[in-house]
Amino acid sequence: MKIEFELNGQKVSVDVEPTMRLLDVLREHFGLIGVKEGCGEGECGSCTVLLDGKAVPSCLVPVGMVMGRRVMTIEGYRKTKKFKVLLDAFAEAGAVQCGFCTPGIIMAVESLLSENPHPTDEEIRRGLSGNLCRCTGYNMIVNAVKLAAQKGAGLW
Amino acid sequence: MVNAYRPSTIDEALRIRNETKALPLAGGTDLMVRYKNWAGLPPKFSQPVMFVAHLHELKGIEVEGDELIIRSATTLTELLKDGRVPEVLKLAVKEMASPLVRNIATIGGNICNASPAGDTLPPLYALDAKVVLRSVEGERTVPIEDFITGPGQTVLKENEILCEIRIPMDEFDSIFYRKVGTRRANALSKVSFVGLKNLQGDRIDDIRIAFGAVAPTVVRSRDAEKMLKGIKIDEIEQIYPSIEAKYAELIRPIDDQRSTAEYRKIVSLRLLRFFLLGKAD
Ligand SMILES: Cc1cc2nc3c(=O)[nH]c(=O)nc-3n(C[C@H](O)[C@H](O)[C@H](O)COP(=O)(O)OP(=O)(O)OC[C@H]3O[C@@H](n4cnc5c(N)ncnc54)[C@H](O)[C@@H]3O)c2cc1C
Ligand code: FES
Ligand code: FES
Repeated sequence: MKIEFELNGQKVSVDVEPTMRLLDVLREHFGLIGVKEGCGEGECGSCTVLLDGKAVPSCLVPVGMVMGRRVMTIEGYRKTKKFKVLLDAFAEAGAVQCGFCTPGIIMAVESLLSENPHPTDEEIRRGLSGNLCRCTGYNMIVNAVKLAAQKGAGLW
Repeated sequence: MVNAYRPSTIDEALRIRNETKALPLAGGTDLMVRYKNWAGLPPKFSQPVMFVAHLHELKGIEVEGDELIIRSATTLTELLKDGRVPEVLKLAVKEMASPLVRNIATIGGNICNASPAGDTLPPLYALDAKVVLRSVEGERTVPIEDFITGPGQTVLKENEILCEIRIPMDEFDSIFYRKVGTRRANALSKVSFVGLKNLQGDRIDDIRIAFGAVAPTVVRSRDAEKMLKGIKIDEIEQIYPSIEAKYAELIRPIDDQRSTAEYRKIVSLRLLRFFLLGKAD
């Protein structure tokens, strides 16, 4: 099946088995390896991408489902102003260690802030509850999000 | 063999379903895990699948007369955002999966999956929800407790699609929901409990109680509810032992990796006691 969608702002088309996971199509067909596979079962969030602006686990999304929709990965998001704010905030708060979870967390944070530009600690924790991090212990990530919400006020 | 269909209207979907028995795939959050394959390979579906979540006839929430209609492919995130969705259903949905999964998982998928731990089910049972099933032959409306017949078992026919969930718009003075799981996110229920109550003065006018994950299907006892209706709040204590006995008979949990049968039973009855008597022991 030919599947057309918007990927990181550009119209693309692939001819693959429509039940293939979006995760595999992004990594293998488009070389977007910022999208990571952790659990492959929707539990860890390392494969998170934005689908029409909302964070979803791409390991659970068959590519046939994204027909005509907008997909954004960390590679596309990097070019935005908001990313720059998040990058600085994550660096300042020490919220990145091995970095495996980071692309997924950044996408989940974008989804969270676009819904709720000034989240409380509790809202940040709930908003990121589908993203696991083995290194940071989460406090630094929560601080990074608060910092970004403050410094990037008006962007979200 | 064609492995996947992507109909553009519900009529086309019903035709395809009738001809090929293709498996409806809504959010895919149950199916993609169930048929998971090695990375890079398509999932191991044993029959053709049909995408349905994009069909606009299956999207959205609407009021018709005194019923709320939730179309089957409405996502859990969309349910949380709608002011007309009953509070008790929202309380349950808020604790399901994670925000990521809720952005794609649908209410119709949770119902058709018919897991004993399906978290929308206890609220839907307590709210007297009905499901509307369509096929090329027509439409039928079935109460939720008749739709689900066992773990993973429903009366959905091979040519039918679940299109709507219909919920009477009753209001309740007292709404109680508890999900007991191992952690806040991405944990399936060990036990869940729904209690709804309306008082008239100090008498119980309406009461609904449902338990999830403690039997093959959701436990709701119309008998016990009938015994409670019309009595005074301070009379509950006197009949409580016989009420508890009724539920104790119906609560038949299993041991599994999430919990033990004994734990589930004790917690369920404590929740019941707490809801009815305002104390846990
Ligand atoms: C990490 C994770 C955490 C989870 N946590 C929870 C939780 O806390 N509580 C919980 O209850 N569930 C949980 N789930 C399970 C799942 O997310 C829910 O059951 C979800 O609502 C399923 O909806 P879906 O649209 O993704 O279903 P799908 O996977 O698309 O479908 C599920 C079943 O329903 C059938 N179906 C779907 N739509 C229709 C239709 N319109 N007509 C006929 N048949 C249909 C499919 O054929 C399939 O058999 C979790 C899943 C994951 C991956
Ligand atoms: S790889 Fe998708 S959620 Fe873990
Ligand atoms: S920084 Fe290592 S997993 Fe999060």
